[in-house]
Amino acid sequence: MATQHSRSIARLMIAPATILLLGWMLVPLTMTLYFSFRKYLPLRGGDLGWVGFDNYVRFISSSSFWPAVATTLIIVGGVLFITVVIGILLALLLDQPLWGQGVVRILVIAPFFVMPTVSGLVWKNMFMDPVNGFFAHMWRAFGAEPIQWLSQASLPSLVMIVSWQWLPFATLILLTAIQSLDSEQLEAAEMDGAKPLRRFWHIILPHLARAITVVVLIQTIFLLSIFAEIFVTTAGAFGTKTLTYLIFQRVLESQNVGLGSAGGVYAIILANIVAIFLMRIVGKNLDK
Amino acid sequence: MARAVTPRRKLFNTLLAWAVGMIIFFPIFWIFVLSFKTEGDAISTPLEVLTSAWTLESYAVVQDRSDYFKHFTNSVIIAVGSTLLGVLVAVPAAWSMAFVPSKRTRGILMWMLSTKMLPAVGVLYPIYLLFIEMGLLDSRTGLVIVLMLINLPIIVWMLYTYFREIPVEILEAARMDGASLRSELLYVLTPMAIPGIASTVLLNVILAWNEAFWTLNLTAAKAAPLTAFIASYSSPEGLFYAKLSAASVMAITPILIMGWFSQKQLVRGLTFGAVK
Repeated sequence: MATQHSRSIARLMIAPATILLLGWMLVPLTMTLYFSFRKYLPLRGGDLGWVGFDNYVRFISSSSFWPAVATTLIIVGGVLFITVVIGILLALLLDQPLWGQGVVRILVIAPFFVMPTVSGLVWKNMFMDPVNGFFAHMWRAFGAEPIQWLSQASLPSLVMIVSWQWLPFATLILLTAIQSLDSEQLEAAEMDGAKPLRRFWHIILPHLARAITVVVLIQTIFLLSIFAEIFVTTAGAFGTKTLTYLIFQRVLESQNVGLGSAGGVYAIILANIVAIFLMRIVGKNLDK
Repeated sequence: MARAVTPRRKLFNTLLAWAVGMIIFFPIFWIFVLSFKTEGDAISTPLEVLTSAWTLESYAVVQDRSDYFKHFTNSVIIAVGSTLLGVLVAVPAAWSMAFVPSKRTRGILMWMLSTKMLPAVGVLYPIYLLFIEMGLLDSRTGLVIVLMLINLPIIVWMLYTYFREIPVEILEAARMDGASLRSELLYVLTPMAIPGIASTVLLNVILAWNEAFWTLNLTAAKAAPLTAFIASYSSPEGLFYAKLSAASVMAITPILIMGWFSQKQLVRGLTFGAVK
């Protein structure tokens, strides 16, 4: 249907978006790559020349690298586990006939719209503060010693805060997926005498597989780069330094740009590994 | 797949769902309560908090001491500005990919998506440096540009999935009737595309409003939007629960309201059409 004329117009119309994104990707990426091969200390002598793969080796062999990897894995893994498991249960519950479904849905998805700095600070102060926080009051009411959440149980606390933010996303997507399930299939299974657990295991869960994969991949990409939640709560102390936070500290706090850039390249490679799987799923959907 | 159940079962479901919903919503509810208390009352036990006097004091203090409205304005300008600029660039691109697809369309779409996966921290210093060189550090213009670029892939994708649902037959009929490209755009496509564009704008204003990596790292006192302003409460002086609550309530309320309208678009926009 498209003529030669409309084709060239079409190409012209894609151009601005493409050029902008190409620039946004290539310019900083090239700079990061360049810096990663140089000893570059803006506050202590500036660009001190080519050092080969030195920064890459030093970033990995520094004493804070493996702890940062472990922290990242615990936070990403913990949040994924909590949000997917509770998300499935919540989606199943919200799919049942109940009074006031719309209002409950609104209550459940609300945390997703709270900006990260607000949720970080509200949890840190109003709930997890060992003296004046809500939890401390509760603990004392039951005669228990309040917990020093963010210093003694820093990682579980952070996992809790971030899970609270992301649970709505998982729930909403899984609920959307459940609602697209053919009810006749379930009714048939019910009539054949399949117990609820079997129906869940053999019909609902396989149907959700794709949505779960999408939730896991998208959340992984966002969770790998959480920043504000750590910035306003522990600022990387008490073993909460993730890979993202470590790179941030190298680049902006200690102004070791070469080293931080090498870390940035690692982060980019890591994100791309996850992205490949996500893109494959999204791409398949595009063909339909 | 809602099915008929007994009233007793429905009552049980209802009670359980409301209980879970209220637990999840509780932190937000609690900020609202604390924002209407004095600083002294805000740190007392929950029961005392609920029974103490209500006051609007904290709202006034937040505005007086920290010029809250300036940061609010910054947030509005940055979120709305970056979204509108993004839509302006994305509409032509999404339009042409949806209606004049070529062999390369799929590749371009996937590539655009891949730019969204780039971890921000990986390019933090280059952007920081470029911002200093161009005098954009701590400026609203700079943030409008950066947030436009990071959300552009989502905007293009969302618009593309909406545009693709517009039946091509209508466009063909319009062409048969001799409509020019301009009138085709103006009278046929635009009215049908407006709901999709509106949803896209809504979701992206929300995302830009809550963005908290670039806004924290690229602003100081002048251009700081609410995300960065509220982060300044991480090292407070004296009692601050009521003030922090009041500032938070004002920062999240507009977005909560917008968010509740955008539930469906959220799924489509953030899964790139993989779940509908």
